[in-house]
Amino acid sequence: MSKQINVALIGNPNTGKTSVFNALTGLNQKVGNYPGITVEKKEGICKLPRGVKAHIIDLPGTYSLNASSLDENVVIELLLNKTDKDYPDLAIVVSDVENLKRNLLLFTQIKDLQIPTILVINMSDRMAYKGISLDIDHLEQELKTKIALISTRKNKGIQELKELITHYKELSTEPCLEASSIDKAYFDNLRKAFPNQLLYKLWLVITQDVNFGKTDRKTFEAVEDFKTKSNADLKRLQQKETIKRYQFINETLKVGQTIDLKAAKDLRIKLDRILTHKVWGYLIFGLILLLIFQAIYDWSSIPMDFIDSSFASLSEWTKNTLPEGAFTNLLAEGIISGLGGIVIFIPQIAFLFLFISILEESGYMSRVVFLMDRIMRRFGLSGKSVVPLISGTACAIPAIMATRNIESWKERLITILVTPFTTCAARLPVYLIIIALVIPEGRIFGLSYQALTLMLLYLIGFGTAVGSAWILNKVLKIKSKSFFVVEMPNYKLPLLKNVALTVLEKTKAFVFGAGKIILAISIVLWFLASYGPGDNFNNAESIITAQYASENLSEDELNQKIESHKLEHSFIGIAGHAIEPAIRPLGYDWKIGIAIVSSFAAREVFVGTLATIYSVGSDEEETIKNRMAGEVNPILGGPLFNFASGISLLLFYAFAMQCMSTLAIVKKETNSWKWPLYQLVIMSAFAYIVALVAYQILI
Amino acid sequence: MTLADLKRGQQGIITDVSSIHIPLKLLEMGCLPGNAVELVQVAPFADPMYLNINGSHLAIRKETAIHILIETAHE
Repeated sequence: MSKQINVALIGNPNTGKTSVFNALTGLNQKVGNYPGITVEKKEGICKLPRGVKAHIIDLPGTYSLNASSLDENVVIELLLNKTDKDYPDLAIVVSDVENLKRNLLLFTQIKDLQIPTILVINMSDRMAYKGISLDIDHLEQELKTKIALISTRKNKGIQELKELITHYKELSTEPCLEASSIDKAYFDNLRKAFPNQLLYKLWLVITQDVNFGKTDRKTFEAVEDFKTKSNADLKRLQQKETIKRYQFINETLKVGQTIDLKAAKDLRIKLDRILTHKVWGYLIFGLILLLIFQAIYDWSSIPMDFIDSSFASLSEWTKNTLPEGAFTNLLAEGIISGLGGIVIFIPQIAFLFLFISILEESGYMSRVVFLMDRIMRRFGLSGKSVVPLISGTACAIPAIMATRNIESWKERLITILVTPFTTCAARLPVYLIIIALVIPEGRIFGLSYQALTLMLLYLIGFGTAVGSAWILNKVLKIKSKSFFVVEMPNYKLPLLKNVALTVLEKTKAFVFGAGKIILAISIVLWFLASYGPGDNFNNAESIITAQYASENLSEDELNQKIESHKLEHSFIGIAGHAIEPAIRPLGYDWKIGIAIVSSFAAREVFVGTLATIYSVGSDEEETIKNRMAGEVNPILGGPLFNFASGISLLLFYAFAMQCMSTLAIVKKETNSWKWPLYQLVIMSAFAYIVALVAYQILI
Repeated sequence: MTLADLKRGQQGIITDVSSIHIPLKLLEMGCLPGNAVELVQVAPFADPMYLNINGSHLAIRKETAIHILIETAHE
């Protein structure tokens, strides 16, 4: 019989916990969400000797069991709830050999919960380099555990770890120190009041607001003795507890660990002298940003052009090969065009996540936080806001989730509110196609006008984000305790496997997440554009033939007139005409109007929508860009996409809040509809006004 | 003197932390009385400060650093 054991991977951030997870599970892993919250849940299966399987959960990184964020809270909720289906049979605490002292704090807390625990000491390949030697026997004895000394980088010790997991029942569940001695009387009373509960669990529940079966904090307050402790008292006790734990850890490591400082080499100091330097630090950061943008615009354009033309040919091929009919049209004009609008994003999204994951894995991102904190604080943001603002250039959704480690609520809220201004990947196809249409080719100082326009749009996005943060900082009256602690991890060469898995995972999530919306919208749009009510649509052929009877039109010209008449009187045409008065002052026609309205589901729908609208009724194989260039302004004549309307559109897309998924994530992260609604209304109204002014000036 | 008075490269020993102003997280990262501290690097305007506390490398703002009392070897 195959038996499955639940294993929880726990550890401080930057200990290589995820590398251990990847080493144990390989590709047998999936990423989901914890129910009801947006914290990422990574789980996987590890095959052990003798047919045993381990179900492994990679819990969010945490410094201790005293949660200070939603992510950390997940760890405690699981460890306190014995009835949870994921409650671990075994905990694996991952530590980094260079930060053993700090990492062991969490270990001693887990041991107090009396869960069988293995201590993994990772990055053992760095021991010689750092002059560290360990007395494993002594440590195992003092810490009452088994230790696996491993190196995920060199792929060492993984088999031994699997062996230890198999024999998890032999592990001791005894705590390594008596934490309750910090206030004996208090803990004795607690023990008497709740004789069936584990003392350390009770203490954790009292000191933080977690749901723990029937004994929540209110129950404690009902018991006479516990009212005597004020919050300040509890905090003092926690401090005492921390000191006590460190005393034990220091004693243990005095014998168990020797560090020969003479043998230690330190790359960190040399690198930090440059990378966090007052001048060079900023210069290097700027260069890295330039490199990232270069990769996204320049390098990814080759696969993107290829994808664009491939989908155009695929759509054409489908039309010619399959028997004529409504289904073929739906497939060729609705589904394939819509899919093309998603797939074309893959190169850019992948590049972006590649760079972001390298910056994070290498430890450089913390240096950026350090460098930028003072500057960002002027605008009511935190140094940690830089990470969301940079990730926002890929997608606002992961970016908003990345704000969780910002300690101050006000700084975090402002970051969430302004992040959608940064130019996300979904705006890019809109920008690219409109720039190609309305900005002339040509160069100044060797830089193309088109590239400069694009860069300007990014600067506008970033500038607006920072500017509105400054305003929000003045307007929002939120008192929140502001503190800022950021770990400066060691520099590490990113592990290829980790980077590849992150890129794969994030790209997949984006493509499938956005893909569903885009596909659904393309199909709906196709139906609305292909059918219509009344005579004008159904008898288009006879109406047009009669209207142009006197003129000698070729069959092709006549067909085109019929198709465009049909489109104008289709459901979508009618809807488009209804909103036309509102958007005409911005220089748009009803087709662009439809594209804008459907963009409120997700911006990237814009190009796909126009592709679907224009491809309905068109026989020729053409790229979307050529079709758009051929559109004529029905009133003024001349190309519909000219300089004035193009700039107006670019600015509209730069500012408008057109992404339902972002609104949904903001709702989840701020726990209220108020903030996403503000975002939607204020950003979109601002976009309308700016686009209006721009068009009226330029026309 | 407080942590905020340290010069770059200078070392000291933490003597007291004001627990009302210091988040528990910072204590858990090793910012406790008796531990050694070194100022590794400062950003422009000496804020934030990049520290090595008891072997842990971390950065905090000056506003937090003024609540951590230290003494240097010379005193």
